[in-house]
Amino acid sequence: MSASTTVNATSAVGGPPGRSGRRGGREPSPWTSRTVVHAMLGIAALYSVLPLVWLVTSSTKSLGDFSTTSAFEFADWNLPANLRALFSEADGVFLAWARNSVLYAGVGAVLGALICTACGYAVAKLDFPGRRTLFAVTLTGVLVPTTALALPLYLMASEFRLVDTFWAVFLPLLTNPFGVYLARVYAEAAVPDEVLEAARIDGSGELKTFFRVALPMMRPGFVTIILFQFVQIWNNFFLPLVMLTDPRLFPLSLGLYQWSTRVSQFPQYNPLVITGSLLAVFPIIVAFLVLQRQWRSGLTAGSVK
Amino acid sequence: MSRSTSGGARSGRRAVVLGRTPAGRMPRFGGAAVLLCAPFALLLLGTVLAPVAYALYLSLFTERLSGLGFSGPSRAFVALGNYADVVTDPDFLHGVGNVALYAVVQVPLMLGGALVVALLIDSAVARLKQVWLLAVFLPYAVPGVIAGLIWGYLYSPDIGPISAVAPIDPLGANGILPSVVNIATWQWMGYNMIIFYTALRTVPRELLEAARVDGAGPMRTALSVKLPSIRPTLFVGLVFTIIGALQLFTEPLVLQSFTGAVTSTWTPSLYVYDSAFVAGDYGRAAAASVLLGLVSAVLSAVVMRISARRSR
Repeated sequence: MSASTTVNATSAVGGPPGRSGRRGGREPSPWTSRTVVHAMLGIAALYSVLPLVWLVTSSTKSLGDFSTTSAFEFADWNLPANLRALFSEADGVFLAWARNSVLYAGVGAVLGALICTACGYAVAKLDFPGRRTLFAVTLTGVLVPTTALALPLYLMASEFRLVDTFWAVFLPLLTNPFGVYLARVYAEAAVPDEVLEAARIDGSGELKTFFRVALPMMRPGFVTIILFQFVQIWNNFFLPLVMLTDPRLFPLSLGLYQWSTRVSQFPQYNPLVITGSLLAVFPIIVAFLVLQRQWRSGLTAGSVK
Repeated sequence: MSRSTSGGARSGRRAVVLGRTPAGRMPRFGGAAVLLCAPFALLLLGTVLAPVAYALYLSLFTERLSGLGFSGPSRAFVALGNYADVVTDPDFLHGVGNVALYAVVQVPLMLGGALVVALLIDSAVARLKQVWLLAVFLPYAVPGVIAGLIWGYLYSPDIGPISAVAPIDPLGANGILPSVVNIATWQWMGYNMIIFYTALRTVPRELLEAARVDGAGPMRTALSVKLPSIRPTLFVGLVFTIIGALQLFTEPLVLQSFTGAVTSTWTPSLYVYDSAFVAGDYGRAAAASVLLGLVSAVLSAVVMRISARRSR
């Protein structure tokens, strides 16, 4: 509304349009020339990428070269030795962290998204007692930040003797109220009632209808919820930090953090932290490149919709 | 299990054949719906509702050593005493002040940067749009701990190049706040940029064409046509960034390995962690958690209400 009035106001003042988009009367702003636009984009891209370049170059350096050579240049190629040290440190605990991260974030995201999608679908498409209450409580759950939950979760887990177990981290991270909210939106948009009725008339059970008919129709939304939850779990640090003390249960981020707390006393941890960070980031970046389209539609779905 | 559900479905099918009941829009499928909802409902109960209730309960009590301490600590009801302790604790207030200062700088800086980059990529003259999008988005792939580690090294004298050129020591008492702001900006600018860019793509092309025909330059179009069109998206981004700022925890914690300038109560979230796991005062930690959660929840509720009104 306000946009169109502005345009009209401009038209009252403006002259005939020029072909190139520039127009007579006023000089185009220097900020929008092709060179300036690309220079500014170049600065933003360098700011974003250079720290990752540093991570790559530093992973290839020995501890000595690390502090004596300049930050972004390559020194002697020491990556294989760094990797060997990384994988052999503490009986290969790094591999255990990588496996744990895949379990927490990968399995957690798929399973969590399935749980959320089933619930969101039921709330959207099936009538059952308590449907409205469940959804209202779910929306309240969206409001509670995960940082505020970590401490009471820890205290509850210690009552049930679950502290320092896989489940103490895995189960809370499965819960994704926002995923239920999204799934309900997707189910309403993507699954027509007629299709469900047709399936029922064909004698399909409700669970079978969900898995065979509704879930495939909701697949783009389902993938979005998986991606959301994956990033959420992958980035969650507070919960594993308070729950876990056994390094064999750590996810990558917690393990690398623990090593980093030792570097001031034991500098030999520096190459381990840096090479480990590179390996922890690398698969995600590859996944970003491969799944570019899904990421973008997925990440924006929650905010723009 | 599946047998009983298909039985339930058969009766549901009858409901469909008979037509919709006047009371409800949909036929009732109690059994199947319970099965589909139960896993999430149990998770919600066990990992969100119960902890919230437990935190509220704990925040009203304090552990006291009774007598000579032989019988262990006992739990004493102190009503809102823990809350009073928290909001009058200079450490907590200092943390709140840090986060407020951080938010005042980081929120406009990060969102402004994201918006400028989104507008630049959306501008007619920009080439290689996919390359810029991807490059700026890339840091979002880096978890907070690793972002903190990378920048921690880059800030370190002798290792990173920054301390040599920066006017203040990035790991010193005065430099630490800008340093944390920079880490968060680096991490989240690309994410917000993608969201803003996607919103910009939904601005009707006819509107932009009309502006061009009417003689608006690219700058004028950006400020007067594009920005007002994506105002709701900008607002949502703003509130989520503020909520994120309130919870600031990981980056300062990681920087503690590199500098002594980040105290153990530097942000409210660090205060919670420190109260619970260093001081062992669960009542005080729970009260601080509740306060933190309450402020975030109110902000989230505001944003949800506004975006719900918008989609209606």
